[in-house]
Amino acid sequence: MRLKGLELYTDHPEAEFVASGHRACQGCAEILALRMALKVFGKDTIMAMATGCMEIISTPLPTTNWEIPWIHVAFENAAAVASGIESAIRILQEKKKIERKDIHVIAVAGDGGTSDIGMQALSGALERGHKFTYICLDNEAYMNTGIQRSSSTPYGAMTTTSPPGKKSIGQSTWKKDMAKIAAAHNIPYVATACPSYPFDLFSKIKKARSVNGPSYIHILSVCPTGWRIPADLAIEYGKLAVRTGVFPLYEVEDSRYKITYSPEPLRPVQDYLKGQGRFRHLKDEDIELIQKRITAQWEELKYLCSLK
Amino acid sequence: MSIKKGIEVSIAASIAAKLARVEVIAAYPITPQTHIVEHLSELVANGELEAIYINVESEHSAMSACCGASAAGARTFTSTSAQGLELMHEILFIASGMRLPIVMATVNRALSSPLSIWGDHSDIMAARDTGWIMLFCENGQEVVDSIIMAFKIAEHRNVLLPVMVNLDGFSLSHVIEPIEFPSQKDVDSFLPPYKPLYSLHPDRPVTMGAYGMPEIYTEAKYAQEMALINSKDTIIGVMKEFGDKFGRHYKPVETHNTENTDFAFICLGSTNENIATAIDELKSYGKEAGLIKLRLFRPFPKDELLSALKDKKRIAVIERAMPAGAANGPLYNEIASLIYNNRLDITLENYIVGLGGRDVHPEYFIDIFDKKITFKTDKNYTVIGVRE
Repeated sequence: MRLKGLELYTDHPEAEFVASGHRACQGCAEILALRMALKVFGKDTIMAMATGCMEIISTPLPTTNWEIPWIHVAFENAAAVASGIESAIRILQEKKKIERKDIHVIAVAGDGGTSDIGMQALSGALERGHKFTYICLDNEAYMNTGIQRSSSTPYGAMTTTSPPGKKSIGQSTWKKDMAKIAAAHNIPYVATACPSYPFDLFSKIKKARSVNGPSYIHILSVCPTGWRIPADLAIEYGKLAVRTGVFPLYEVEDSRYKITYSPEPLRPVQDYLKGQGRFRHLKDEDIELIQKRITAQWEELKYLCSLK
Repeated sequence: MSIKKGIEVSIAASIAAKLARVEVIAAYPITPQTHIVEHLSELVANGELEAIYINVESEHSAMSACCGASAAGARTFTSTSAQGLELMHEILFIASGMRLPIVMATVNRALSSPLSIWGDHSDIMAARDTGWIMLFCENGQEVVDSIIMAFKIAEHRNVLLPVMVNLDGFSLSHVIEPIEFPSQKDVDSFLPPYKPLYSLHPDRPVTMGAYGMPEIYTEAKYAQEMALINSKDTIIGVMKEFGDKFGRHYKPVETHNTENTDFAFICLGSTNENIATAIDELKSYGKEAGLIKLRLFRPFPKDELLSALKDKKRIAVIERAMPAGAANGPLYNEIASLIYNNRLDITLENYIVGLGGRDVHPEYFIDIFDKKITFKTDKNYTVIGVRE
């Protein structure tokens, strides 16, 4: 494994497309994930970004941190904007108005911009078969507006709109499984990734870039600010999410599921939950319930991977 | 060589978009816009129009995809009506704020609730302050000519703003009219291919859609406002160039029979034809009424309107939208402000007609002229034909 990783490391381009000086919080794994992804996507990339953390930390007029063409239109429509760009590039190349070369369009949004308000536009774009990659940077709540819950917030988590209280456990619903929803569109490539596993992330971006059709990458992006953890533990918590089975790393290539990194035997979810301020209020029986769910989900994923 | 033929106005609108050689169309079907997008997708499917037709899943995504396509440098077209226009409302502001020269045929229709697929201006009046240039059409010929002119206006380096071409649902969109189509060659020489000032391309990376902090937002919006106001000169220039080339002359404000009378109607869209019919009938009784037609609604053509109405003593503003609790209809309010600012002594009356596709009879306008329909000053406006 080490050697394979090293090969990838020497393979991956050194180019940077995120300029320094952005305003992301200390320990933000979201900008880290995006920086890694852009290295692989490379220079010939056009990015459509939804409103959210990454947009707001990068582009106060008249400055920018993006060294590739970048557009922000609104919150819920990154996939639709990307559809328009992809179509425009295609027709302009067909009409020989611009040079024919392999330009890749990506749409980037947070978990709210993907699994809540942007779901319809995303589903439409995936169904239409545009050749583009959609990246969901999932930090499990509306962090940009002050840590409000989204449908991607995990069960039990404290957010400012899912506060625990006498009559509330915190987030009372289970995390929406966006990667599976994307996979249900039967697109060529779907994957989950986490910047705590950079080589896994690199190889998935590479695949997403190369398939002929839509691809979807769901990246768990640890948010120290919203998760109430020390900034220097962002990478560690990403690893814990994977090793406990809370966030499995897998890919769905032509509708075939494959776990790309097996953390078995899974560590107890307690290890992941305990240090995070957002789960501090959980009782043993709550954690037990979460453990049951996570174990069942892991088993289900293994079953899906066993299907030929 | 131009060709004249009897054709449904919606089909004619899509042919105009084809003549303009649109490159990306992103649209979602809604009555009464459907015939426009159906025919466009047919033209693309048959290879008669070299363009990509994106079958988006909503009007919100239609306008969003148009923003992406236009930002990437493609000549971009869409069309919608009523609820669709409202669903894309958020993105209308962004399209104009980002200075994207998208052209949209807006087939004006009533807004729900109650649901009505029929024509009025409640949709466009709810979208009038979105920063778009807005043209209104009286007949099918104007629709065709306006769509061709719209791209030239929108893409002009001094403008770079989206343009809406408004046509009334059913009463204009679904009628068959004799329409003259300019030849492709002539349109090509009038409207050269779109060359964007900036576009999304890896060889020349740009950031589009950055956010404005309080210290810059006002300046950004002011610059946009100036561009919209100043676009009038380009609009007049394009209308003149079009007239010189194709022989059909347009102006931001057009008048009919206003010379020998101190009374005039002011109205938008196809209702102007009904009013003109009434004016002709009045003439046969020896009565003179004038008509002031707003072809251009945004930017509001103040100077042109002022010179058309300054000698009048009585003006009836005819509107197809409910004031929704405002003092008057939206068109009336703007005309009243113009009259007040210029201290003109004109009696203004406000009539609401044709809501949700209700027939608009020429007799209404004869009765308004003869003061047989009373103007309800206690209500500020009169809704003609309403059963109270």
